Amino acid sequence: MSAIEILDLTKDYAVGFFRKRLRRALDGLSLHVEVGEVFGLLGPNGAGKSTTLKLLLRLIFPTSGTARLLGRELGDVSMHARVGYLPENPYFYDHLTTREFLNYVGELFGLASAQRYRRVGQLLDRLGLADSCDIPLRKFSKGMVQRVGIAQALMNDPELIFLDEPMSGLDPLGRREVRDLILELKAAGKTVFFSTHILSDAEMLCDRVAILNRGRLHGRGELREILSLGVSATEVVLENPAPELLTELQPYSRAAVRTGNRVRVEIAEEAALAKVLDMILRRGAQVVSLNPVKMSLEDYFLAQMGDGAGRPPAEAKRQVQGEEVRK
Amino acid sequence: MTRRVASIALNTFKESVRERVLYNLVVFALLLIGAAILFGSISVGIEQIILVNLGLSSISVFGLLMAIFIGIGLVWKEIDKRTIFSILSKPVRRGEFILGKYLGLLLTLIINTGIMTLGFYAALLYQKRTLALADLLALEAVYFILLQLAIVVGLALLFSCISTPILSAVFTFSLYVVGNFLDDIRWFGQETGSAVVESLTSGIYYLLPNFGDFNVISQIAHGERVPGYLLISNSLYALLYVSILISAAILVFEEREFK
Repeated sequence: MSAIEILDLTKDYAVGFFRKRLRRALDGLSLHVEVGEVFGLLGPNGAGKSTTLKLLLRLIFPTSGTARLLGRELGDVSMHARVGYLPENPYFYDHLTTREFLNYVGELFGLASAQRYRRVGQLLDRLGLADSCDIPLRKFSKGMVQRVGIAQALMNDPELIFLDEPMSGLDPLGRREVRDLILELKAAGKTVFFSTHILSDAEMLCDRVAILNRGRLHGRGELREILSLGVSATEVVLENPAPELLTELQPYSRAAVRTGNRVRVEIAEEAALAKVLDMILRRGAQVVSLNPVKMSLEDYFLAQMGDGAGRPPAEAKRQVQGEEVRK
Repeated sequence: MTRRVASIALNTFKESVRERVLYNLVVFALLLIGAAILFGSISVGIEQIILVNLGLSSISVFGLLMAIFIGIGLVWKEIDKRTIFSILSKPVRRGEFILGKYLGLLLTLIINTGIMTLGFYAALLYQKRTLALADLLALEAVYFILLQLAIVVGLALLFSCISTPILSAVFTFSLYVVGNFLDDIRWFGQETGSAVVESLTSGIYYLLPNFGDFNVISQIAHGERVPGYLLISNSLYALLYVSILISAAILVFEEREFK
């Protein structure tokens, strides 16, 4: 059985005050997510990721198309007892403390008092909220609210978890904790469906992804397959290279950027790499690093449709092992 | 279902009682009831009439303010602050949510009206030095005030589902005012002799909430009893009107999208 079956889901919003016109937020999305999968919904802002999640949770209604969660129709609210949801940029009741809020959520899930007490304790510990569990939520930072959001999504120990931009607002440590948590959920056999625009999160966590842009599906499957994540170039960083060396490298390099004493060159042809390294060694230049250049999600979109601002794709940002460098 | 509605109601109650504006209103009401003693003391012979009139009117006005101020934000705030996302993604029906919100605010108003009523009786005791069984008649007026508030909260809740807090406040307050003059409006229609105007005013009379029969403060102040049939008819009227308002709010809310 599929955890999520989406068939030709379309959503139009009426925009404009006097002259209403329709804006298509999601255009004929069809997807299947298997039980136990970690599935990523990728795309830039406004791609339709949150719209998809809200449609699946009946916060908005489809213009056309259907979907089923855990084999049940979306209109079946009782199915939500098996589902968890973290909204994007969540906000919770100011007047409650974390403990009170999680207890309230437990009541809505119909958990018995003892079960609620135990589960609240587990989640407070697991998400690092135990020390601040009796402080009103209005005093929480964005990152802490995000943790509370994750806790409330897991209160019912759900089979299927929807996370809308789960890393948003978290510090590096928090991001790592959430990644670990998602992997833990996967190990426990849960299905996780999360939206993100951060490629590295999807790469690290997802079995499969779907890429959305402007409401349309641009690809689905393994991220590596979709983005052709093979090495598209090799980046070589040199310390104090002689000007002659840079001239010699020019025919082989796609770009050369100087930052202080260092120069970064990008070698497009894999076959030329050995020759280039030979030249560098002959000139006695110091190699600081040698890294494969991967295509980023942004590059993917730019390659598909340009950046919309008239810039050719070749001038796009490059993502080099997490560090973004502009050519 | 009942448990979820009760949880939502309790959370709404907690939210309301943690609002500072509520305490301010209760304190103001108690001050005004206290001030009624002063007004009474300068009105020779009718001290008690003044105190009962002013005291019960204070309970009514401040109850109305609380019902409108909190009621108009009841659903709107949940949508505006997006807390609704985390609630409706749980196994909670939209109707349960609306009913829970309504009952939560009603509970808040019952408790606050109770506090104001205690203040009123304290003032009465201070003035009369003793309380008689006849003084309990004032509870009939308090009960009618609560019935009115139940309808006002229903109105505020319905508007809160479809409009902004300011517009909801304007609509709710306007209907409350018009609802107090419905008998006059119908009389006006009959007096014009025009069939069109008469059917229009009759339509308004039957459609809008009629608060005229709920106002018995003056009778109570003069020691008159409220007729038994009025207790029953007002109770049934309020129950019916509230049911219609909540059903309408649920219907609207069922169709509402949360972008």
